[in-house]
Amino acid sequence: MRLDLFVSHYNYWVVIFLMMVGFYILISRGNLIKKIVGLNVFQTAVFMLYISMGKITGGTPPILVNPKGAGEGHNGAEAGPNGAEAGLGGTEALQEPAAEVVYSNPLPHVLILTAIVVGIATTSLGLALAVRIKEAYGTMEEDEINRIEAETEAAE
Amino acid sequence: MSTHLPVLQVVVPLLAAPVCALIRNARAAAVIAVLASWATLAIALSLLGDVMSAGVISYAIGDWVPPIGIEYRVDIVNAWVLVIVSTIASVVAPYMITSVADEVARGRIPLFYAAYLLCLCGLLGITITGDVFNVFVFLEISSLSAYALIAMGTRRRALTAAFRYLIMGSVGATFIVIGIGLLYVMTGSLNMADLAVLLPEVWDSRTVKVAYGFLGVGFCLKLALFPLHLWLPNAYAFAPSAVTAFMASTATKVAVYMLLRFFLTIFGAPFSFGVMALDRVLLPLALVAIVSMSLVAIFQVDVKRLLAYSSVAQIGYMVLGLSFASVTGLTATLLHLFNHALMKGALFMAMGCVVYRIGSVHIDAMAGLGKRMPWTMAAFVLGGLSLVGVPLTVGFVSKWFLILGALERGWWPVAVIVLLASVLALVYVWRVVEAAYFRPYGGDEGGPREAPWRLLVPTWALVGANLYFGISAVRTAQVAERAAEVLMTGVGP
Repeated sequence: MRLDLFVSHYNYWVVIFLMMVGFYILISRGNLIKKIVGLNVFQTAVFMLYISMGKITGGTPPILVNPKGAGEGHNGAEAGPNGAEAGLGGTEALQEPAAEVVYSNPLPHVLILTAIVVGIATTSLGLALAVRIKEAYGTMEEDEINRIEAETEAAE
Repeated sequence: MSTHLPVLQVVVPLLAAPVCALIRNARAAAVIAVLASWATLAIALSLLGDVMSAGVISYAIGDWVPPIGIEYRVDIVNAWVLVIVSTIASVVAPYMITSVADEVARGRIPLFYAAYLLCLCGLLGITITGDVFNVFVFLEISSLSAYALIAMGTRRRALTAAFRYLIMGSVGATFIVIGIGLLYVMTGSLNMADLAVLLPEVWDSRTVKVAYGFLGVGFCLKLALFPLHLWLPNAYAFAPSAVTAFMASTATKVAVYMLLRFFLTIFGAPFSFGVMALDRVLLPLALVAIVSMSLVAIFQVDVKRLLAYSSVAQIGYMVLGLSFASVTGLTATLLHLFNHALMKGALFMAMGCVVYRIGSVHIDAMAGLGKRMPWTMAAFVLGGLSLVGVPLTVGFVSKWFLILGALERGWWPVAVIVLLASVLALVYVWRVVEAAYFRPYGGDEGGPREAPWRLLVPTWALVGANLYFGISAVRTAQVAERAAEVLMTGVGP
């Protein structure tokens, strides 16, 4: 593999590394809380995959740029004070889009907002279950739980 | 009103769920759950009728035109699956009232119905949507509520079963998101019909093949294909009886639908069978699932877990039909979606009746129940015969098409394996029958009576459906065959 290919796709290497770390924790750890942590890292890797794919080289944040001041739009910090002006000229801007402005793709960010919410729901449900398992079994180690379950099954 | 049916299919249970959670009254929540389930069935039947007569229905959510906006797209394939899911929901919902009151703590019952309605909403949403990211959202709605439902089982092992399912299910769902993300990178679209047009141009790229792999593993985890089935047996064995009856007949079926929809409609049959050799990957897995899981089922002493292992084997039959890569094979798959829902629903509901009376489904505890609970055990016997595939039951119809598909390909050893596995099914059904009818009742005279009619009527409704659709299979076979043709040709007109 050529080095420049490696470097130019560095975001994917970060994603793959994080994903494998999360997956490894998920599989190798017996503690239920650690499993949830692993799941979280694993899911976060996917969030990064989505977020990084929305970036376009030289692209501005996807806020409609005032066509008259197209040059300013390249600087994200200056876009703020112009907000009101952009609002007034909104209809004009729609009719006459600034062709030279490159926008980053906002859709993956929006998608991943949903996935983050799902991730939070999964984590909280997982933690709630872990608490109830601790109450019912007195432990959160998977091998001990398996042992207790095997004993109760043999007793039945 | 009728133009908005596709969205109402999902919105009705979605809105009913928070109402159930807020009113905090067990009886009122139950009534709402039953009415919402019946409403979804009415909508699904009306949609199937519309699709049969007028072709594909496309509904743009919020009037945002597809492929930019989210589209709900109903063709004959998902109309069929919608009918399956909502039929089971409308039969199981009245059954829940009595069964859940017995098995779930009283204060949690309204929340139970809220979770059930969300699960139903998620399953219907996965089926009806025409947007791949929307599939993921609904998948998580149904999965998260399913974890909560399973954890409400009476024994503490329900908690560990739910936790294990949560971990494996989340990994599966995350794999599916990765696959969807990679597809989006390659095509810039999330609309299924749009993707089907755009993907052939980039078939050769490795990204698309990797996406295919991630999606495949994710779906197989969700549908519990051997060897990714490890979450299923305990989840089904320890969930409340009504939840098991509902999940066993709907959740895995919807996962099979997702697999068909993505691999045949979006990627297309030429890509799946030609480039990716999906049939050659699935065929051995399906056969191993059918034989090994039937064998494992024979040695179970908990009848709910026995039926759960049998479910994994039956999923093997559905995947086997797909691996024939022919219209006949897919017809068998689609028929078995419906037929297996009917038979497993009936069997798990019969087991729910047993739990209601004796509090256990251990095979020794069921000794002599044939005389004590004649209607319940008769329902089990008829459901079991259907599982084996005896003529005049729906099980026979699925097996018939499956063997037809195998012979059409000239794979007679596969046909032999299907027949041998039916004998294995006979063995594990017989073990229960033997305990219930040929062993003496061990308890005292004041022992269990017949289950109440509120449980028996829904159970026998499904048993009746097993016989009815087993005897007059022409109508269902026609629908399944047309749906199979739509999937194989990949035309979503």
